[in-house]
Amino acid sequence: MARPKLDLMNILRPYLAAFAARVKTMLQYRAAAVAGFTTQCWWGGLKVMVYTAFYRHSVHAHAPMTLAQVITYTWLGQALLALQPWGGDPEVAAAVRTGAVSYDRLRPVDTYTWWFIRAAAWMSARALPRAALMFAAAAVLLPLAGLDAWSWRAPADATQAGLFVLSLALMILLGAAFTMLINLCITATLTDRGINTLAPAFVILLSGNLIPLGLFPDWIQPALIAQPFAGMLDIPTRIYLGTLSGEAAWAGLALQVFWTLTFVMLGRKGIAGVMSRLEVQGG
Amino acid sequence: MSQIVVEGLAKTYRIAERQPGLLSLLRRRWREVEALKDVSFSLQRGELLGFIGPNGAGKSTTIKILSGILRPTAGRVVIEGRVPFDNRIAHVARIGAVFGQRSQLWWDLPVIDGFDLLRDIYRVEPTVYRQTRDELVAMLRLERVLDQPVRQLSLGQRMRAEIAAALLHAPPILFLDEPTIGLDAPSKLAVREFVKKLNRERDVTVLLTTHDMHDIEALAQRVIVIGHGRVLADQSFDALRADVLADRRLLVDFADDAPVIAIEGAQLLRHEGRSVEFSFDPRVIGAPALIARIAADHAVEDIRVEQPAIEEVIARFYHLHGATEA
Amino acid sequence: MNGLFLLRRYFVTSMRAQLQYPASSLMLAFSALLTNAIELAGIWALFNRFGEVQGWRFGDICLFFGMVSISFSIADFMSRGFDVFGNEFVRTGDFDRVLLRPRTTTLQLVGYDFRLRVIGRLIQGLLVLAVATRALDLHWGVGEVALALWTIAGGVALFFGLMVLQATLAFWTVESLEVVNVVTYGGVQAAQYPLGFYTSWFRNFLIFVVPIACIAYFPVLAILHKADPLGAPEWFLPLAPAVGFAFLATSFVAWRFGVRKYTSTGT
Repeated sequence: MARPKLDLMNILRPYLAAFAARVKTMLQYRAAAVAGFTTQCWWGGLKVMVYTAFYRHSVHAHAPMTLAQVITYTWLGQALLALQPWGGDPEVAAAVRTGAVSYDRLRPVDTYTWWFIRAAAWMSARALPRAALMFAAAAVLLPLAGLDAWSWRAPADATQAGLFVLSLALMILLGAAFTMLINLCITATLTDRGINTLAPAFVILLSGNLIPLGLFPDWIQPALIAQPFAGMLDIPTRIYLGTLSGEAAWAGLALQVFWTLTFVMLGRKGIAGVMSRLEVQGG
Repeated sequence: MSQIVVEGLAKTYRIAERQPGLLSLLRRRWREVEALKDVSFSLQRGELLGFIGPNGAGKSTTIKILSGILRPTAGRVVIEGRVPFDNRIAHVARIGAVFGQRSQLWWDLPVIDGFDLLRDIYRVEPTVYRQTRDELVAMLRLERVLDQPVRQLSLGQRMRAEIAAALLHAPPILFLDEPTIGLDAPSKLAVREFVKKLNRERDVTVLLTTHDMHDIEALAQRVIVIGHGRVLADQSFDALRADVLADRRLLVDFADDAPVIAIEGAQLLRHEGRSVEFSFDPRVIGAPALIARIAADHAVEDIRVEQPAIEEVIARFYHLHGATEA
Repeated sequence: MNGLFLLRRYFVTSMRAQLQYPASSLMLAFSALLTNAIELAGIWALFNRFGEVQGWRFGDICLFFGMVSISFSIADFMSRGFDVFGNEFVRTGDFDRVLLRPRTTTLQLVGYDFRLRVIGRLIQGLLVLAVATRALDLHWGVGEVALALWTIAGGVALFFGLMVLQATLAFWTVESLEVVNVVTYGGVQAAQYPLGFYTSWFRNFLIFVVPIACIAYFPVLAILHKADPLGAPEWFLPLAPAVGFAFLATSFVAWRFGVRKYTSTGT
């Protein structure tokens, strides 16, 4: 009765082949990956040293986070860097440039969903190896090297860890939804120059990637947590650290859901409009 | 005093099996390739030399060394009293080089802007430049091409612009590496005519490497054949041809079905319907005698005497010297 | 002098090409300005919350930041040819053509591409200097201005030297190495803060290996008329930018070695 097993292997074969090919391509980018990783380690290390100086040697230090938390926040931010929407999907930009966008319309799938899934997959695929490397370096190596004060600490507790995983998933969806808005912009303006130069600035500041949102002045905190970009790093990280727990954590997750749905709705409406215009022009 | 002197030129490459990036520094496997073993020749001012050989024979290496951008492993090169690679800037100011596959002009710039920039790079005096430029534009028929960016030109136009660019500073020596590759027939003719004129009227020394034997036939007074990193022949093209393949071909069209003929000194190559092709050695039996013999006994409609195709001569030569592709 | 004339021609050619698409160049410049200015928001927030650190104020950081930004943007402007050297010249073999021209390789590579977008970072640097001046109530006398210009010159030399080193590596690796960007862009980042913030081995790295501190921290201390809390001798502070030039000289030695290697082994 060996037949069922054989069928399964046959079904899997193309996917395994595709996976292997993908890994091979990714290995070609290892030089760039090494450079990127080194950059991130440098950035992370620099920030850690600066934060340490601020916390230990400043005139007055009252902050809603401890130094250890800020340090973990920093490493987490570096690890999850690829999950943030730094620009439009380069394949979309290329398709718009060459006019191949119209081919996407010929596919028997919903364009929005198709691009959305591609964006989410692409971001996740890029993030995984980097996150693993970053984890190995900051969570494992640093303590081993006796630099425990600089290291990436474990989540606050099991509950927080579980909520963090949820929040992380939402972060990916939110990021993909925002990427879709950027793609929309690119398709509408027929170039990726404009939006790709502006978007990163907003993301880096408002997601907490530059400094944890909690370190900004107290009076601006409510606005900062409510804005959409908070869900792209700050909310998941706060959950991880435990500074957002219990009801507040669920509220954070709800905010992420809210903004994701908003972006998706805006995106779908926008895509419909842009596509019908493209068809009129002859795409 | 020869303008170009090459003595005992040798070049060995150490090629690493390379992977791009940092890893190439860690893992190295070396392979030694002797591109040139012992090449010697000299050129007088105003000579037009054809440089031929199978792929990998060492032609490009020699040109690069003569241009001053590559150092030999051994040997001596003196051009106009200078060692090219030791006096790079002084040397390259006096040469022009056209590499068939690669463009020296700026891709997005209009041709004329590229020319002007070259004028400043080569420090050509403006009045002299204008005269040279106008002459080249006229000779190479570039008037309509001047305002277009290089990327918009056809291959033929680009080649002509390349050649003009290489000569804007009026160098006494010109290196041409595959200048007619990929060009259509009229463009090839234009380039050949131009090079011939340049050589005859301006006394520009030309060193031409090419695989197109018609270039050689049209231009080269003297031919050097390179194989296995050595000079296999250094003589006029006619002498080369005579040495390698003295055979001629006789093609006869008969009025009726071709008869079977056997003649001493002639070898039957082809017998089809009404046509017959012989190969004969003119030293054994002359063409007139052969024709007379055939026409005497048979009704002949047409006769052609041909030399074997140049490619055949050269291929034969390579084969004779075991110098097929490296 | 003719070299300068040629550079001017290269510059004009480059500008003409880019000004064909003014919107694009402007956009890129603006984005450079924006991304770098955002950095400042983070720094301001930290000082706002924590007050002085080790005796350093927001204005001091601005001064470091502004000076390095200006130095880097000028070096960036001149060094595009070296930046893309691996991919655009070694891998394609186009370096042969550079060697076939009767000019130094450095001149040709400097003239390769002058990108307008670096103006964004330059303007940001100047703005940050203005912020620093106000925050610290700085007095820019002749001495201070001279020192600032000297510091910027040293900074340009250092960053340019780093780009030359990056290009030299490409002779061996064939590609443009992005790892060096870690040190250039990372160096700009690291120069924002006083050396006292960093651990001792990193401090030594920034003084002796990639001497960023010599073109930012030390000379700026001299401009501020402050002594170095870490104990560097007072005479050294205003002389430190000379290290940038020494670094550049070393880079060019390496470069010539690389060119020699290229002409010996070909492509």
